[in-house]
Amino acid sequence: MIRRVLTFAAALLAFGVAHAGVLPDDRADVLYHRYDGGGVTIDGPSVLVRKKAGKSLSFVGNYYVDMISSASIDVITTASPYTEERTQWSMGMDYLRGNTTMRVNYTTSEESDFDAETVSFSVSQDMFGDLTTLTLSYALGDDLVRKSDDPTFERPLDRQIYGVGITQILTKNLISSLNVETVTEEGYLNNPYRSVRYFDPDSALGYSFEPELYPNTRTSNAVGVRLRYFLPYRAALEGEYRFFTDTWDIEGHTGSLSYIHPWSDWTFTGKFRYHDQTGAHFYRDIFARSQETNFRGRDKELSELTSYTLKLQAAYEFLSDDGNDWGFIKRAKVTASLNMLFVEYHDFSDLTANQPVGEEPLYELDANIFQLYFSFFY
Amino acid sequence: MLPLLVLAGLSGCSSIEPWVKPYERDKLADPIMALDGDPVSTSYIQHVYEAREGARGGEGAAGGGCGCN
Repeated sequence: MIRRVLTFAAALLAFGVAHAGVLPDDRADVLYHRYDGGGVTIDGPSVLVRKKAGKSLSFVGNYYVDMISSASIDVITTASPYTEERTQWSMGMDYLRGNTTMRVNYTTSEESDFDAETVSFSVSQDMFGDLTTLTLSYALGDDLVRKSDDPTFERPLDRQIYGVGITQILTKNLISSLNVETVTEEGYLNNPYRSVRYFDPDSALGYSFEPELYPNTRTSNAVGVRLRYFLPYRAALEGEYRFFTDTWDIEGHTGSLSYIHPWSDWTFTGKFRYHDQTGAHFYRDIFARSQETNFRGRDKELSELTSYTLKLQAAYEFLSDDGNDWGFIKRAKVTASLNMLFVEYHDFSDLTANQPVGEEPLYELDANIFQLYFSFFY
Repeated sequence: MLPLLVLAGLSGCSSIEPWVKPYERDKLADPIMALDGDPVSTSYIQHVYEAREGARGGEGAAGGGCGCN
């Protein structure tokens, strides 16, 4: 059974944070991830390998898997628990010429009822004595939405992503970045399985369900600013803010503060993130009647919500580059990270509470997101 | 006229002197100052946020992921 899917390419691996005049370091990462919360468990590996070829080319490949076991509140109120697997492959190339780096990346992902393909391009240019890096990026996504219980159901979803980014060294201790991104989507945007509920006096519960129906276009704009400061002792502080708005009337503010503290071969990171958003104009927790509005949705991610995340991370460098016996591997580290996510939904009732309609408590989500990964530099 | 203005602008840009010299960037080169030292981990956590929230993008990349309910 499909979930709501926003399958952007894993273009972060292609675009990254730009440094145009040098190619990224050769590295390999092997990561295990686990998400556990709200009746949903998702885990799996992610493996990334990046290698230079000569002085002007660098290749990157990534394999990523989500193994999903879901009995979420959406699922248990209108469907049956399910398990599924999603596999994603991506490959890319960086080409460095002078102070310019050009990147191209292709990503494909598959699950039983959703296929996605994305091609992305970006160009980065170092300027002003390498104090400034300007990046322009474009991605084109081509998805296909299917339905597990209806083999004839197939709907396309197209996506274009336009990005402009500037990384700017401001002082000897301060670096910043500014990113602006526009995403346009056209096609089948809703979930073929999810339902909305409406008041129904003929139902014993007082309400019934009907399929949701979304607009078939969505355009969003986001602008994000980051500042990272080297403190008077060897540690760093980072602040980040993002403003988001879209044509579905969702407006979001996201802010975070991080502290990075190295100690001997260890690096400790603490981060607090806050996100607040309004709901989509066609979202209702309950509609007054069947087919009350042209577009209808009850996806809790599109509702008014506030989320809080506390991240704790420790990294240990067990192999340093001051001479070792590991052959071509110069440096290696292991990192463990825990993100504790808490989401307050301001307009999404918990129907599992079995309270009379209109008196249900609001739903809250607690999730733990764990990552363990090894990174090798060569 | 416009090309002349563009040329004038570009020549103005090229004359900007870097106010942080290369030999003054040792702290910025410290790994703790890398804006994205862990690309696989960052990509994964953005994937989670895009699944759990309605917002996306603007964080230095084009995002990634499925939104698993």
